[in-house]
Amino acid sequence: MNDSVPNQSTEESMVHVYKVDGPFWGALKRDLLLSYRRKSDLVNPLIFFLMVATLFPLGVSPDPTFLADVAPGVVWVAALLATLLSMDSMFRSDFEDGTLEQILLSPQPLYLVVLAKVLAHWMLTGLPLTLLAPVLGVMLFLPAEGMGGLVLSLLLGTPTLSLIGAIGAALTVGLRKGGVLISLLVLPLYIPVLIFGSAAVQGAVTGLPLGGYLAILGAMLSLGLVMAPLAIGAALRISVSG
Amino acid sequence: MSTPRLKIDNLFCERDERVLFEGLCFEVNAGEVIQIEGQNGSGKTTLLRILSGLSRHFEGDIYWQGEHLDNCAQAYRESLLYFGHQPGVKAVLTPRENLQWYASLHPEMDLTKLDYALVKVGLKGYEDVPCHTLSAGQNRRVSLARLYLSRAPLWILDEPFTAIDKRGVAEKEALITTHAQEGGTVILTTHHELAMGDKIRRLNLDQLAGTL
Repeated sequence: MNDSVPNQSTEESMVHVYKVDGPFWGALKRDLLLSYRRKSDLVNPLIFFLMVATLFPLGVSPDPTFLADVAPGVVWVAALLATLLSMDSMFRSDFEDGTLEQILLSPQPLYLVVLAKVLAHWMLTGLPLTLLAPVLGVMLFLPAEGMGGLVLSLLLGTPTLSLIGAIGAALTVGLRKGGVLISLLVLPLYIPVLIFGSAAVQGAVTGLPLGGYLAILGAMLSLGLVMAPLAIGAALRISVSG
Repeated sequence: MSTPRLKIDNLFCERDERVLFEGLCFEVNAGEVIQIEGQNGSGKTTLLRILSGLSRHFEGDIYWQGEHLDNCAQAYRESLLYFGHQPGVKAVLTPRENLQWYASLHPEMDLTKLDYALVKVGLKGYEDVPCHTLSAGQNRRVSLARLYLSRAPLWILDEPFTAIDKRGVAEKEALITTHAQEGGTVILTTHHELAMGDKIRRLNLDQLAGTL
């Protein structure tokens, strides 16, 4: 579009019309671009996720009936830990290069910027994990009836994991070594998501109605969407202030 | 007397049980340039972080155009440009992308002058190069380009001239002088000798805090 116009070296070319993005779109675009340019961060949680599913049968038992029984739990736990693994870096680089200060000093609503950052994080971890999950299900002999439940529960559950994890990441970003602390802070809050998430998959396998589980996961997600960005924003202000 | 633009009243701050400043009072008016002086560790950066609203480890009151900062945080952020210790430049983004992102956060920035600003800070030809390939000084120049784009009246600049060459410093000094002449306010720290003569007001933290 505009970029295809050859650059003239006259004074007029100095006045180039740049589109100014809103705070939400601007932050989302930036974070996606950053990850795209640093692809190693992108594949890290996915490799971890895949490794757990590969090593679990080797370490425990390759028996298909046993694996089919534990598959919902294993896939969910692996997804949860993969998300947790990626959490620490969420605000770390922004904190270190000073861009986090600039975000906090912006007159734009912090809620939107934070929400965009969490959404970007989810699009780069939770969403690929969800898409990869059926493959892991097949590897662990999860019955075909369970696949729908697995994908749906992860689709509703992983954004909640990103939202909760971001609170922990925001609280610990000011510390030199926040990695351990973030797990301690966040894991208890992950447990309800894990319980209802894996129960949804188990329900799908045994042919039970899924509505209830998904409704609770959805409720947790809506609560997280409304409340978590406020908590993240407040936590970031505390961390930067320290 | 009109209300001062920024009024600091009885500011107290301690760090690790060491009092950095106590009973600090001063006023800043439109068109003034204030240089905060003091030896290393005297709390210059801390003071600037408090004034920008980043740090809340202090007691006392700050008024922006007569109103308490707690009550006008939004309006204050709209009229503030803060240049911190870290330049706030993303290493994997290009100078142009960095500034475009700033504009999404600070809608008062005039993005039509983006190319002009990059030329002015001497980054012509580097617009689309990732910032991690640039030198430390050039990275800070990317962030300093905001000074050419901003319409904010209050500039808080923490060591803006670190790693900037002589010509760059002279240009920034001229820019700061122009900003003050147009009714802007600048609060800065630097170890450079500024050639602005009597236009600049100096505030020595060592003397104020009595730590000399």
